[in-house]
Amino acid sequence: MPERITAEDVSHVARLARLNIAPDELELFTSQLGDILEYAADMAALDLDGVEPMGHPHGLRNVMRADVLTPSLDRAEVMAAAPSTESGMFRVPPVLGEEL
Amino acid sequence: MSDLTTARQMAASVTARSVSATELIEVSLAAIAERDGEISAFNLVTADDARRQAAVIDARLAAGEEVGPLAGVPIALKDNLCTRGVPTTCSSKILDGWRPPYDATVVERLAAAGAISVGKTNLDEFAMGSSTENSAFGPTRNPHDTSRVPGGSSGGSAAAVAAGYVPLSLGSDTGGSIRQPAALCGVVGVKPTYGLVSRYGLVAFASSLDQIGPFANSVSDAALLLEVIAGHDARDSTSIPQPVADLSAHLDDGVAGLRVGIVNEFMVDGIADDVRRQTHAAAEALAAAGAIVGEASVPAAAYGLGAYYLIAPAEASSNLARYDGVRFGLRVDANNTPDMYDETRTAGFGDEVKRRIMLGTYALSAGYYDAYYGTAQKVRSLIRRDFDRAYEQYDVLLSPTSPTTAFALGDKTADPLTMYLNDICTIPTNLAGHPAMSVPFGVGDDGLPIGVQIMAPMLGEVTMFRAAAVLEGAAPAGSTTNRVTR
Amino acid sequence: MSSELPNGWKMVIGLEVHTELATETKLFSGSANHFGGEPNTQLDPVSLGLPGSLPVLNERAVELAIRIGLALNCVVQRSVFARKNYFYPDQPKDFQISQYELPINGEGHLDLPDGSTVGITRAHLEEDTGKSSHMGSGGGRIHDAEYTLVDYNRAGVPLLEIVSEPDMRTAEQAKVYVTELRSILVAVRASDGKMEEGSMRVDANVSVRRSDNDPFGTRCEIKNVNSIRSLGRAIDFEARRQIDLLEAGESIRQETRHWNEDEGRTVTLRSKEEATDYRYFPEPDLVELDPDPAWIEEIRAALPMLPRERRLQLTARTGASTEASSLIVERGLDEMVLAALDAGGDPGRLITHAQQLSDDRAVGLDPSAFAELSTMESSGAISATQAKTVLARMVDTGEQPSAIAADLGFEAMASNELETIVDGLIAAHADEWAKFVAGEQKVMGFFVGAVMKATGGKADGKAVSAILNQRRG
Repeated sequence: MPERITAEDVSHVARLARLNIAPDELELFTSQLGDILEYAADMAALDLDGVEPMGHPHGLRNVMRADVLTPSLDRAEVMAAAPSTESGMFRVPPVLGEEL
Repeated sequence: MSDLTTARQMAASVTARSVSATELIEVSLAAIAERDGEISAFNLVTADDARRQAAVIDARLAAGEEVGPLAGVPIALKDNLCTRGVPTTCSSKILDGWRPPYDATVVERLAAAGAISVGKTNLDEFAMGSSTENSAFGPTRNPHDTSRVPGGSSGGSAAAVAAGYVPLSLGSDTGGSIRQPAALCGVVGVKPTYGLVSRYGLVAFASSLDQIGPFANSVSDAALLLEVIAGHDARDSTSIPQPVADLSAHLDDGVAGLRVGIVNEFMVDGIADDVRRQTHAAAEALAAAGAIVGEASVPAAAYGLGAYYLIAPAEASSNLARYDGVRFGLRVDANNTPDMYDETRTAGFGDEVKRRIMLGTYALSAGYYDAYYGTAQKVRSLIRRDFDRAYEQYDVLLSPTSPTTAFALGDKTADPLTMYLNDICTIPTNLAGHPAMSVPFGVGDDGLPIGVQIMAPMLGEVTMFRAAAVLEGAAPAGSTTNRVTR
Repeated sequence: MSSELPNGWKMVIGLEVHTELATETKLFSGSANHFGGEPNTQLDPVSLGLPGSLPVLNERAVELAIRIGLALNCVVQRSVFARKNYFYPDQPKDFQISQYELPINGEGHLDLPDGSTVGITRAHLEEDTGKSSHMGSGGGRIHDAEYTLVDYNRAGVPLLEIVSEPDMRTAEQAKVYVTELRSILVAVRASDGKMEEGSMRVDANVSVRRSDNDPFGTRCEIKNVNSIRSLGRAIDFEARRQIDLLEAGESIRQETRHWNEDEGRTVTLRSKEEATDYRYFPEPDLVELDPDPAWIEEIRAALPMLPRERRLQLTARTGASTEASSLIVERGLDEMVLAALDAGGDPGRLITHAQQLSDDRAVGLDPSAFAELSTMESSGAISATQAKTVLARMVDTGEQPSAIAADLGFEAMASNELETIVDGLIAAHADEWAKFVAGEQKVMGFFVGAVMKATGGKADGKAVSAILNQRRG
């Protein structure tokens, strides 16, 4: 198992997950996450050689649907739930770059 | 109408028109109005909708139409089930007021069966928790003792049945979120086989673990509700294609010759003495009814909690990414979209949700995937393998549902891990995908309900319910089970 | 621009082509897969990423993916869908369902008309994003936008991402690869291959090295290439950009760059502190895809003849050159030409005319009419120039060639009448004739043109040339 999680790690994953963690929260979260991960680290005791990761509890495969049109959602109903719209589109502040 | 305590009785009476759906709904709404100020089982009571639906059902029956097996029965829905046009909040600020433009499959099936929803019940935010204290709208209280928690995450739905507002409710179970509150509230709660009930319209927490299931006052009513909601749904790719077994027909088959194994790995030190005693008593009751009881071992289950707290948060971190202020729900405005994401999510999510999102993101992140998520999925295979081996020797397995009776509000909120330990007996079955249910059996030294857990192999609901029915019939004096003829 | 890089540098190119698949509905839901609808009218809970929505795989998309895989000689295999996690407003779930470790199509290869072979690493299924419009004074560019509007109609449209091995060595070869790939996509009816409309998108990975024996250099990815011609320009620019840096003693930073068509250069996108960690993991809402071998064989058996086979067939049956065959097959006219051949058409003339048929409607030509036209010409009843005119009208109106020729009053000129006219022109243009006799071959064109003018286009160009050559001695 890897080393204990650090505050820097927590800051990093918070950024990836788009969460702002205040400095006074960071220490607490780091310690809590560290405890949980340490608990989980007991798994290292198991012999996992040759064990396949579990996909789904049942062995279903090849679940597909026919290429048939279904009715669209009512745009008005969808837009009514949106925080900000313009000309039938969802409006967001400037994006700044290609991927975030 | 006081003899109408089970859903079956209610539906039969409404269908026979000896009582109207309208009357049933009024009784339900009155009970809610009287007591829910204190218990807070509901986020939203949909009184007008319920009355309207009741009137429609009464009219249809008057016109000689068939309505369905749950005709006129009031029911409560956990607030992570999508209900078209009706707010579905997941007890989170980030979805406060959001009205889905569609119904969950289970909601459609309930309506088709004639059931009438009286409202949406409280839960731990996004179903993450074991006490309903993580709700952004305040906790729900245990109807047996309002200083105590009802359990979680489906605390509201469990309380709604326990408080007598409704005979049936729906919850969801990812690591025990139906069974544990059922035990703490003294009602029957069922987590079906993974894939038996469609997840379409269930706001996802952990996709490979989540299942919707019934709360009821009796094993028979739970079976009825499960039959209504279960079955293949083409809109859920993980939905099992096989037709649902006829549970109701086999409820009274008894347990003669049934092999019952008490799971060693769940009878650990952390289990309270009174809970342990009742679990053994339950085993004796089954033996007295003709079952063959022994000790079963599911060695890898001891690692279930660790594996779960990597897999579930990992899937959740991805499932909850969509809450970004763009298309629905809360938006905190900012000068640019990246900041908008950050501020919306920071303001909208509670601490437990944030904790799990970060944990899950970490478990999936570059350099850590193999050690955490990857390893946890392998441990999961082992747990399933060990359960399957146990099922070669036993038809059903038995254990406590929860290590203790209901604890006091605020008791376990200081340390997340302490709270997580409540699910030590329930989590492994979610990982395996097997069905499991909690049946009230006795009370603790504090007079609060105790539930015992019955587990069965994949699609083993018939056998599971048979054993549950026997336990219900043999439950000690003071148990909360509603012992009525079916 | 010369295709040779300076100082003997070599380039290495790999291409990632995303093609939309021509299904009725989206990859994971039943909303329409249709270009150009009113914004946000082709939506369902899945396309919008609404809470509680679940994906269900489109069988036809899988069929088309397998068709393309088989056409590219790929191994069609068991595959698993995976989530690619990142935040962006046009990504409704803030993750994309794609395939990661186990793609539906494994290794394959594509044989190009020029005789080279390019390896295919993989071709996998994934869903498309919505469309963002960056608004404000910035002219649609991200960096100057005041706000952004998002349309999710396209979100969830099925894509196949086809990744080539870094086997290409020139921009020209890359263009040939894309051209051939596109004709395969069109031939198997999996896509309409319209780069300009975005149904086929090409990203190029380019690096340079001093010799073919050296290990690969650091590569850069180029995006925003919207035509095959732009692809060539972008690759050449990028290779030279990298060479300039390396020769100046600098190193290449591995990054994604944006092709600016107007300025003719690649520019770096906003630099990020770290590469995005997509945290791929298997999609828990979907089960494994393991196509039944019998189904794969059915699809293989139903594959139409691929462009390469069609080219070979056309050449074998008509004697057409490689270039001619390529052009005719690319236009989709080979089937019609072969049918005309079967109806007794003259192969040489069929090929000559087919190469020049750029009208889209030409594929609707009646083969026996085309055959008749070619024999009218080969028998001398009409000249080549006249035949061209008749053919154009055939494409336009669908009339029979003999009717058109009669209507236009075409008949070939008698050869002595032609000789008289030629002699007359030779006499009238003694200076030009002297130049021609002295060996200036270009002057032929002058005389042929003059003859055409004098005969109102009725002369047969070949006959005129023959006479001129004969007169020259």
